[in-house]
Amino acid sequence: MSKNVGIVIVSHSPDVARGTADMVRQMVGDDVPLAWCGGNPDGGLGTSVPAILDAIDRAWSERGVAILVDLGGAETNSEMAIEMLPEERAGRVLLCNAPIVEGAVMAGTEASAGSTLEEVRRTAEELRPA
Amino acid sequence: MNTDAAARARLIRAIAETVLAHADELTDLDQAIGDGDHGLNMKRGFETVLAESATLAEQPLPAMLTGIGKTLVMRVGGASGPLYGTLFLTLGKTLPAEPTAAEAGAALAAAVDAVKARGKSEAGQKTMLDVLVPVLDDLKAGGAGLPARLAMVAHAAAEATVPMRAVRGRASFLGERSIGHMDPGARSSALMVDAVVAWLEEQA
Repeated sequence: MSKNVGIVIVSHSPDVARGTADMVRQMVGDDVPLAWCGGNPDGGLGTSVPAILDAIDRAWSERGVAILVDLGGAETNSEMAIEMLPEERAGRVLLCNAPIVEGAVMAGTEASAGSTLEEVRRTAEELRPA
Repeated sequence: MNTDAAARARLIRAIAETVLAHADELTDLDQAIGDGDHGLNMKRGFETVLAESATLAEQPLPAMLTGIGKTLVMRVGGASGPLYGTLFLTLGKTLPAEPTAAEAGAALAAAVDAVKARGKSEAGQKTMLDVLVPVLDDLKAGGAGLPARLAMVAHAAAEATVPMRAVRGRASFLGERSIGHMDPGARSSALMVDAVVAWLEEQA
């Protein structure tokens, strides 16, 4: 189990999610638990609650998990997924209000320093347009 | 209200078949002002609901509605999955097995509030809430002509989204250009109201 916060990337496009994860991996190697998902349950563009739940599980860390999303449906589906987590996990998964690529890279870098979940989110959200 | 297993099965089929019959239309509406997947997403969700209808209908009304909600959450894929999922999950949590009209109204009120929270939205933003809120208000008003009146309210409310400017969702990216098209979520909500009203009338 990692000592660092995990990162989950949720895009409508599997290509965007995978590419974003590659960029995070390039910064942090294997120091940060990282998972991505993209596409609706039929594989088209969209997001899927079961896939998000699975990604949270793969990136799970006792320190918590930060989720980066692209557009509205990814956010709504991620919020739904967080609510469906077992109680002991639900409080330790946060959604970051940040651009997906830049946010994920910043969040991953912050996480690799051993920062708390709240610190990881704050760093990602510093990118948010004022 | 008759809520035996056969009636419950008819309710599921009425809702699912109505949505499926209009899937292409919902996609066309969404192509005009969104990402064009509303019909496909709803179709995926309600095909699964229809496939599971026998098992779902064996359960009491609240558990059946919860089951529909879970299926929509897991299968729909777009924002409409969590939104309609939340609507059905909340109805399932709030309705008793054999609801009175007042209990049905209270459950719908709770469900509409839950959809508002899930979508961080209110009526007037060109969404499904622009149908659900007027339908709820009309139901609460009571009086003669229920439930048939609700279907007319729902369709008028969906029409009323045409001149609105979208504030939430993908359509909001279009700004002024979202004006002049019916909101696909408002349309799908009106279709479901239609199906439920037809089912209620058949019960009477």
